[in-house]
Parts: sequence; C-alpha cells; structure tokens
Amino acid sequence: MNRLNSMFNQKKNNLLSVYFTAGYPDLNATVDVAEALEKAGVDFLEIGFPYSDPVADGPTIQNSSQQALDNGMTLNVLFEQLAELRKRVSIPVLLMGYANPMVQYGVERFCAKAAEVGVDGVIVPDLPMYEYETLYKECFAKHGLSNIFLVTPQTAEDRIRKIDGLSNSFIYLLSSASITGGSLTLSDVTETYFKRIKDMELTNPVVIGFGISNKAAFDKATAYANGAIVGSAFVKFQAEEGYLERIPEFVKSIRN
Amino acid sequence: MKYTVNEQGYYGDFGGAYIPEMLYPNVEELRQQYQNIITDESFKAEFESLLKDYVGRPSPLYHARRLSEKYGANIFLKREDLNHTGSHKINNAIGQILLAQRLGKKRIIAETGAGQHGVATATVCALMGIECVVYMGEIDMERQAPNVARMKMLGAKVVPATSGSKTLKDATNEAMRDWINNPVDTHYIIGSVVGPYPYPEMVARFQSIISLEAKKQLLEHTGSELPQYVLACVGGGSNAMGMFYHFLEDEQVKLIAIEAAGKGVNSGHSAATSVLGKEGILHGSRTILMQTEDGQVVEPYSISAGLDYPGIGPQHAHLHKIKRAEYVNITDDEALQAGLLLSQLEGIIPAIESAHAFAQLEKMKFEKTDNVVVCLSGRGDKDLSTYIKHFGF
Repeated sequence: MNRLNSMFNQKKNNLLSVYFTAGYPDLNATVDVAEALEKAGVDFLEIGFPYSDPVADGPTIQNSSQQALDNGMTLNVLFEQLAELRKRVSIPVLLMGYANPMVQYGVERFCAKAAEVGVDGVIVPDLPMYEYETLYKECFAKHGLSNIFLVTPQTAEDRIRKIDGLSNSFIYLLSSASITGGSLTLSDVTETYFKRIKDMELTNPVVIGFGISNKAAFDKATAYANGAIVGSAFVKFQAEEGYLERIPEFVKSIRN
Repeated sequence: MKYTVNEQGYYGDFGGAYIPEMLYPNVEELRQQYQNIITDESFKAEFESLLKDYVGRPSPLYHARRLSEKYGANIFLKREDLNHTGSHKINNAIGQILLAQRLGKKRIIAETGAGQHGVATATVCALMGIECVVYMGEIDMERQAPNVARMKMLGAKVVPATSGSKTLKDATNEAMRDWINNPVDTHYIIGSVVGPYPYPEMVARFQSIISLEAKKQLLEHTGSELPQYVLACVGGGSNAMGMFYHFLEDEQVKLIAIEAAGKGVNSGHSAATSVLGKEGILHGSRTILMQTEDGQVVEPYSISAGLDYPGIGPQHAHLHKIKRAEYVNITDDEALQAGLLLSQLEGIIPAIESAHAFAQLEKMKFEKTDNVVVCLSGRGDKDLSTYIKHFGF
C-alpha cells in the first residue's frame, strides 16, 4: 500500500494538499518548499513538473511553469530533487504534469523512476481514460503508482462510476469547469454539485481542487469531500518576499 | 481504407483525443453528433448552397500556361485564393458554423495564425449573427495587421495571445482555455486538421471539397481525373489534407506536402516539423511535433504566419510515416521568390503560405506530359507588406 492509501485509511476529513511547481521560484526550491509544507501540517503534496503548453492551467501556474523551465527544470533534475526530498519529507507526493514530457521520457521509465524516488501517484490531466486503460494502466500498477482522474461538474454519472472503478486512491473533483487559478463561487449550483457527488457514495475518497484560495473555500469543499487542494493561491504567495519562512502562516490561513 | 481514421480516432499511430477532463463533454458531444449532422440531407443542402452562392465554389482549376512552359509540365492551380475571404479556410468555417447551430451553440471561438481562419470564422459568425472571439498571437497580430482589422470590422473580438512564442500554438492554447471555461454554450472552430478527434477528421472532410472538385475539373482539362503530382503547403495541414483527400486511395498519384523551412532546416529558425519533430502529443492529438529532449514544445519560425506551427495534423503524421505523401521543405527566401515569379508569370499574387508550394516546382524534374496540381490556398493581399519589405518595391 502506498503512502496515499495509508493516509486516507487513517484520516478521512479536512485533508489539505498544496500544489507547487517544481523548480519555482528557484531551481532548487523544490525540497525546501516541500519540507516547509510538511512541517506546517499539510497532509500531502502535489508537485508540478513544468510543461511549455499547459492548456488546463491559468496564467499563475503557466508563468510558474515557464519560470521553472527557464531555471533549468527537467524531469531528470526533478527526479534527483525528489530522491533528496524523500530523505526529509514523509507525507505522500503526487506528480502533476502533462502527457508529452512523460511520453518523451518513456512511460515505463517514468513510472519506474517515480516509484524509485518515492512518488505515490500521478495526475496527468491530458491523458485520456482510453489510452490510460489500454497503454499505461499496467505500468502504473506494476510500480505501485496511483493514477488520479479528474471529475468536473459536466462529467456524466456513468463516467464518474467508471472513473471510480479505475481509481485506486482518490478522485480529484474540480470545483468548476475551468482552468486553474479561479476562485470558488460559493453558489447553490456548486453546493448542489458537491452534494450530488457526495450522495453517489463513491468507493474512493474525493478531494476538491481548483479555486480553493482561502479558508471559506476550503471549509466549503471539505464539508462535502475528504479534503481540498490549494494550487494557484500558493504559487501566487510564493512570489512574495520571504515566502519560505511564512509557509506556516499561509497554511494557517487556509486551515486552522 | 488504410488512410482514414479508426473508431478510436486514430490514423495508424497518430490522433486520439488527449484532452483534460474539462473538455471531455464538449469533444464527446461533437464525436457523437457530427457524423449524423453532416450526413443529414438538410445540412448537406445548406452547406452546398452556401459554398456555391456565398463562397463562390467550385473554385476554378486554372491551367497556368506560362508557369507550365517554364517547368515543362502541365501545371494546374486550384484557385482557393478566389474563395470569399481569400483562402480555403472558409470551407471549414461554413461547415463548422452550420454544425455549431445544430448543436445549439451561442458563441464561437477560434484560433488564427495568418488571420485567414480568423477572418473566415468572423465572416461566418457575421453571416449567422453569432458572437465571435478570435485568439491570435501578439506577434501575428503585428505581422498580419490587415486581417486583424478585417476581423474587427466583421464584428469579432480579437484577443492577443501573449504567452510563449506569441504565435499560432499559443493562440491555440488560449482558445482551448476559453473552451474549458465556457463548456456549454461555446463551439470551438479549429481551423486546421489538428486537435483532438474528431476535429482532424471533421476539418479534413469539410476541406475535401477541394480535391473532389479538382478530380472532376482535371477530367475535363486532361481526360483523366488523376494527375501525376499534387502539391500543397503544410502548417497544421488543412489545405493539403483537403487537396489530398480524394487522391489518397489513388496510389499512383504522388502527394507532396511542403513545410516551411524558415531560415533553413538546421538554422534553429524553422517550422519543418516532419524533419525536426518527433512523435508526441500536441493540442489534443498524438502526432509529430518539434520538441526538446525533455518533451517541451519548441517555438517554430517561418516568415509565413500560417505555417508557423510546431506540429502537423495526425493524418499528416500518418501519411508521412507510411510514406504515402512526401514531406519536403522550402525556405523563406525560396517562398518569397516563388511568390514573385507567380505574380509576374501569371498575374497572381499568392499568400506566402501557398508560395511555399510553388517554390517546390523549382526542385522537381517533370516529363512534358505530367499533370501537376498545386493548391493555391490563399491570396497574397495580406502579405503585401512582407513582400514589399523583402523586394523593396
């Protein structure tokens, strides 16, 4: 059982995950940021491997990705950093990135290397279910990596059931059909949608992301799901002076 | 039918729909409905009627006598430049706007490189009274200023893409982001044979009118509907796919696709994807694209905004891999020279995109009896400032 599944077995509520882009704002920031987030009480990490054309991301994460690439971030560099990270960080780690860099690296090689350096799961937003099932599922399973699927307000119920069947750690529920970096609208529509998913009583835990930028949004999301992921709000915070020392403060502003 | 798409949306190893879940319902709706819609009699009647009375089809197949004399073969130009809006892009735009109406969409988005597809989309939106937003790379907006003005005059909103290389690939990214944020009421009119399935197939079918007409016209001109050679330029590859489509199964017809070499294939300033690219994933499909060892998309270069794209459509990737078509390339200078030559031999100023196809004639050896069709995909008005700057008129 990987770290993600152990975590979900032990803790069912109020889970907080933070996304950050590897190699941003400095090439070697990755491990320090991860360590600071763990110390501040974050339950699991989502680390982005940057891509030049991230179509599911808004300007904040796109800019951090470009900066990371300019800083010299590559998958080889990231895997070296992650090996180092595992000496200092014990919470679950997810890698998030787009299909092309993974395909160029070689999917088998990518999975083997990710598992070797202590990665627990992977989020590849543009990897379709059909291709995952036919080409990649076996490889992910062999290396004990969880593949995380996204569900949006427009995802049909039968497809959500299928995703639930294919998932083996948690389902990433998008707060709205949008790119990253928006803000959660606490409307009736959103609440009805969260409730609809909760009432489906899925096999896998559900974590809500996209638009989780403050405590109100976190509280709303975790009222309906096992946890929530903060992404763009943290990446924006990283642009501030002395952000590394102030990470506990940031985490407290989301979850007391 | 080894050249067409399979049920999963693949052409051999290429194609598919590599899209985030946010786009799945939109793309799935299209996949499920487009076949029924475009084969419906009322759709076909409206499409054909608009192509005839609004676009001005069939476009002529013109026997270019002086060009033929120069190259020692019978050279025919498929005059897509004479279409309303000045290029082949209108064929697909008409098809997709009729499709969008039948899907009940209220808003249209599009990406554009040279501005030809943006103008075509803005035109059909004006025709149908539908809101239109066109994404265009900031750099392309500068070098294709007349087309930006045309789109605005037609009532479209033109949004600059300011990320990355600020050209066609970035405009495509921005359009995809818009579609993610507006999943229900918006249809995305992709202008080339790229993107997730069913786009490459759908756009190719709307553009296939080019080769359908060319076959009939060739029969009238030459007594045979099959030429020895068919030439077309390739950025994403929509005019080429339209020009090749009905010749694919006629194995004796040599299909030649001309990419933009920019300042030279090995200059670091090129868009010759089939030479410089590797297999990977771009804009929703598995194809050949220019990329680094680490899988980051490389910023391409061509003097022609319409060919300045780091990938080719998945069907082109397939035709390239199985060698059904030959992929060659032409530099900026060669293309500009060919544009000048066509202007002065035939009185036709071609778009710089199309001029790449004409430049290839210089490099070929013909028999006197060879019949050659070149797709003249667009007219050169939009490129006058580039021609003027280069030749110092």
